[in-house]
Amino acid sequence: MLNYDIVVIGGGPAGLAAAIEAKKNGVKNILVVDRDRELGGILQQCIHNGFGLHVFKEELTGPEYADRFINELKEMDIEYKLDTMVLDIDENRELSVMNTKDGFMKIKAKAIILAMGCRERTRGAIAIPGTRPAGVFTAGTAQRYINMEGYMVGKKVVILGSGDIGLIMARRLTLEGAKVLAVAELMPFSSGLTRNIVQCLDDYNIPLLLNHTVTQIKGKDRVEAVVIAEVDHKKKIISGTEKEYTCDTLLLSVGLIPENELSKSAHVKLAPVTGGPMVNESMETTVKGIFACGNVVHVHDLVDWVTKESQKAGKSAAKFIKNQLKDSVDTVKTLAGNGIAYIVPQVIRPSNIENTLDLLMRVKDVYRNGKLIVKGDGKIIKEMNKRHMAPGEMERISIPSRLFKEKNIREISVDVVKAGE
Amino acid sequence: MDKKEIICIVCPMGCRLTVSKEEDGYKVTGNTCKRGEAYGVKEMTNPTRVIPTTVKIKNGFLKRLSVKTNKPVPKELIFKCMEIINGVEVEAPVKIGDVIIHNILGTGIDVVATKTMEKIQ
Ligand SMILES: Cc1cc2nc3c(=O)[nH]c(=O)nc-3n(C[C@H](O)[C@H](O)[C@H](O)COP(=O)(O)OP(=O)(O)OC[C@H]3O[C@@H](n4cnc5c(N)ncnc54)[C@H](O)[C@@H]3O)c2cc1C
Ligand code: SF4
Repeated sequence: MLNYDIVVIGGGPAGLAAAIEAKKNGVKNILVVDRDRELGGILQQCIHNGFGLHVFKEELTGPEYADRFINELKEMDIEYKLDTMVLDIDENRELSVMNTKDGFMKIKAKAIILAMGCRERTRGAIAIPGTRPAGVFTAGTAQRYINMEGYMVGKKVVILGSGDIGLIMARRLTLEGAKVLAVAELMPFSSGLTRNIVQCLDDYNIPLLLNHTVTQIKGKDRVEAVVIAEVDHKKKIISGTEKEYTCDTLLLSVGLIPENELSKSAHVKLAPVTGGPMVNESMETTVKGIFACGNVVHVHDLVDWVTKESQKAGKSAAKFIKNQLKDSVDTVKTLAGNGIAYIVPQVIRPSNIENTLDLLMRVKDVYRNGKLIVKGDGKIIKEMNKRHMAPGEMERISIPSRLFKEKNIREISVDVVKAGE
Repeated sequence: MDKKEIICIVCPMGCRLTVSKEEDGYKVTGNTCKRGEAYGVKEMTNPTRVIPTTVKIKNGFLKRLSVKTNKPVPKELIFKCMEIINGVEVEAPVKIGDVIIHNILGTGIDVVATKTMEKIQ
């Protein structure tokens, strides 16, 4: 059996930041494990710019952002294993790990940090009637083929879903000479960042069809056409609006879900809306000594927030090992109120907050000139005017630790108030 | 084009701007703040974009190396730049920041590697 103080699972931006921060906080014996051939995670295939505006105040590409953390990890002499898969974790923090060089290994860790990221939903593919020809890809798979392996996925493309990956791929395919006929989005708004709608669609005159969906895929061996139709406010297809698009490729960009197999094997409790582990103020899961950060907890829009959240997880894991995390019975629950889909963290132990606590959340709808209202046990403790809120853009609210201490709050809730209410 | 509708992307508000050409310059409406006005005028007079893309690479563990223009290029040159970039093949090792194409199309802008790739044996 191998022994480490901390084992970090996943070498993406979350795992890297957590490992570096843990080492900075005095933990010597750390191992980062990743199943991929290189560190950096999903960022290695995200070659577009727009990363790091908050952390570095400059616009980096995904590989450039990753490179800074990879270098720091190497300079700090943090051990890592690539091409290595974690198969299983149990509640005693023992991991089953495997690679082609060392074979099967059992590792005992004093603390574990889950940073496995997320995976793409493919549910949409199965729900669409029609044949199952070649030429249907998830957007992220297409991204990896084009940007890393050097395979082009098609010449005439329709994209279903307007999440950031779909938008980014619309531009990428256009630059590589393909024609993107349309991006169809079921909802009345895009779930992607405005910046991406403008720079990836508007720049190249690619139509974004809101309230639309793909109703049929045609073609025997290869996609030959897809049918797109409009939907009403109940998401029901409006008959007569069907339009056929001749194309050879359909990309699906229908959302991401946390990568949860390992969290489940460790009996970590998952939160229903995020799909990731429930965490407390220290990014600790419901199993003592197992922490989580990044997209494995909830899908982030900006990597900068992943980095910040993961630093907290790394620091907390270090504290845990040094017996400095306080286990209090006076826990505070967070409650997603009107208009809020979820809040992370779900549970707060006030005695572990240093200066401020960040609540991360997503709203359910698009709001203009609305307000976010934070209540402690029903009484307003903070109000923030927000000129623009959308589900695609994560909201953060900082709460000073003294508020918890002074008021002896048991429950924190956040509501959205629309303009004029 | 005398009049154009664009979405401001300086902040998440995403105001819908209308930029029209007047005798004494450009007029922006629909903006909530001054920054939107400046953005609208820039988008009409000299829109520029960084191009992030890839080039072929030999002897690396991947077949493509990610690159970008080290400054934003004028928008109308994007596809011309892509033609040149797609004609290039490099050989590993390459270090992040290495110049892959010098002074593309005489713009004074370089195409640089955004990733380090070792040579595989
Ligand atoms: C297409 C796209 C565009 C984006 N654009 C932007 C943008 O413009 N700006 C921005 O700031 N953010 C952007 N983001 C968001 C940002 O990239 C992510 O939020 C961030 O990379 C998440 O980091 P992570 O470390 O949690 O996950 P990941 O980067 O996914 O890393 C997880 C790692 O865990 C490893 N792993 C998983 N399971 C195991 C296992 N069992 N054993 C071993 N290893 C395992 C994986 O191999 C992977 O390397 C974008 C994301 C995508 C997908
Ligand atoms: S005009 Fe001002 S408020 Fe509106 S999107 Fe642009 S920067 Fe933001």
